[in-house]
Amino acid sequence: MDKVANRAPATPVRYNLAVTPEEVSAALRDFLLRSHGARNVIVENVRLLTGGASRQTWSFDATIDQGETLPLILRADPRKGPNVMSRSVEYRVLEAAGNAGVPVPRVHLMGDDSLGVPFFLMERIEGETIARRILRDEEYAAAREVMTAQLGTILAGIHRTPLTDDLRETLQSPESGKTAAETEVARFEQTYRMITPEPHPAFELAFQWLRRNLPPPSEDTLVHGDYRMGNLIVGPEGIRSILDWELAHIGDPLEDFGFLCVRSWRFGNDHLPVAGVGQREELFRAYEAAGGRHVDPNAVHWWEVFGNLRWGIICIMQASAYLTGMSKSVELATIGRRTAETEWELLNLMETN
Amino acid sequence: MQDRPTYDELLAAIEHFLDTEIAPNVSGARAFHARVSANAIRTIRRELAAEEEHLAAEWAGLDALLGAAEMPVGHAALRAAIRERNRALSAAIRDGLDDDRLHQVYAHVRATVRNKISVSNPDLLDRSL
Repeated sequence: MDKVANRAPATPVRYNLAVTPEEVSAALRDFLLRSHGARNVIVENVRLLTGGASRQTWSFDATIDQGETLPLILRADPRKGPNVMSRSVEYRVLEAAGNAGVPVPRVHLMGDDSLGVPFFLMERIEGETIARRILRDEEYAAAREVMTAQLGTILAGIHRTPLTDDLRETLQSPESGKTAAETEVARFEQTYRMITPEPHPAFELAFQWLRRNLPPPSEDTLVHGDYRMGNLIVGPEGIRSILDWELAHIGDPLEDFGFLCVRSWRFGNDHLPVAGVGQREELFRAYEAAGGRHVDPNAVHWWEVFGNLRWGIICIMQASAYLTGMSKSVELATIGRRTAETEWELLNLMETN
Repeated sequence: MQDRPTYDELLAAIEHFLDTEIAPNVSGARAFHARVSANAIRTIRRELAAEEEHLAAEWAGLDALLGAAEMPVGHAALRAAIRERNRALSAAIRDGLDDDRLHQVYAHVRATVRNKISVSNPDLLDRSL
C-alpha cells in the first residue's frame, strides 16, 4: 500500500479554544459572515463563561447586516477528541426539545470546522444559574415557591419529546434485552472499575443493592441526564430555561427524578429534597398534571440511589483529571474528597429501604 | 522536631490569608477557587489531627471482617495495606454475602465513611444526626 496514503492525515491544528476573546471574536465574525452570507457582522462583548474540562461556553453579541443585535452563546469542545457527546448531537437534542415546547435556548447555527473544534451557537438567556444565589437570595424567593411545580411540568415536556429516528440513531439507548436501569448500572459499573484509583466498598454495596432491587421496566423516553440545580436558568419569576443537554440519552424517565433529588443539589436545604426547593410529592403531582405518566415513588427511590452512585463516580472521574495531570484545577482536585459524601448518602438511602 | 509554629499553626495562617485577604478581594472563578482552597486547608488540618485514630479504627474494623493481621508501621505502609484489604472486602461483597455478614459489612463501611466525612465535610454529619 502507498505509504503516504496510509499515514494519518495531517490534522489542521488551528487552536484549541484556550484562546483570547479577540481570537474568538475574529473567528466568530468570519463564521457568521460566511454562514449568513452577510456583508457586515459585528461581534462584541466576547467573554468566557465556563471553561470546563469537557466544554467551553462563551457569551457574545452579534449584529448581522445592521439588523437587531443577537445575544448568543458559543458552545465548544475545548479540544478535538472523544467527548461525552458531540456538539452536533447536543444541537439536535436542543432543537428537538425546543420544538416539543421545553424551555431551552433556541439553537442558532450548527458550527463547521472553522474553529478547529466542534461547536454551535445558541440564544443567550439572561438569568441566574448559581445554586447558592437561587437558594439563598431574597431576589429569588418567589421563584423558589414555584420552581418545584415548574420542574415537574418541564420534565413532562422533556419526556414527551418525540423520539425521532434521528434521535434514536444518535443517542445512547438501553441495550437490547436489558432494561434502562440494568443498562445504566452496567455502564457506570464499567466506568467505575476502569477509573477508580481506590477500592470503594460502599460503592460495591450500592451496585449490589441496585441489582437486587431493580425497578420495573419502563417505556423509553428522552432523558435529560443532568436535570438538577446548576443546570437551570432562573429569574425572579421562576425557571427560564434548561441547560446542559450533553448527557441526554434514551432511557427510563424516572432517572431524571432520581438525579434531581440527589442530596448534593440541595446545597444544605436538606428538608427540601427536590433541588433544595420543594417536596417530592409536589414534583410528582405537577408532572402528572402536565400529562406525564404516573410516578412510582419506589422506582424514583431506586433512581435516587443510582443518582448518588453516579454522582460519586463522576466525582472520581473529575478528580482523576487532576490525578492524571490532565488538569491542575484545585476544584477538580478537591472534588475527589466529595466522593465520601455520596457514599454516606448511599448508606442512608439503602438502609432506610 | 521542628520549631513552632507547628504544621497546624502554619496551615491556620494560610487558611486565614485565603479567607480574609484573597477570597474577598478577587471575583468570579478566582474567588470561588480561593474559597475552595481555604476549605481544602481545613480538610487537611482535620485529617492530620484524626489520621492516626482513623487508620487504626479502619484496620481494626477490617480485622473483624477479614481476620486479624499485624498492623504495618508507618502511615504510608498502613494506607497501602488498608487499600489492599479494601480490595479484598470489595471482592467479597461482589461475590455475595449472607445477611449476617452483610449487616456486619454495612456497619463497618458506615463507621469508615463517617470518619471520612468528619474530615471532608463535618457539617454534613451534624445535619444527618
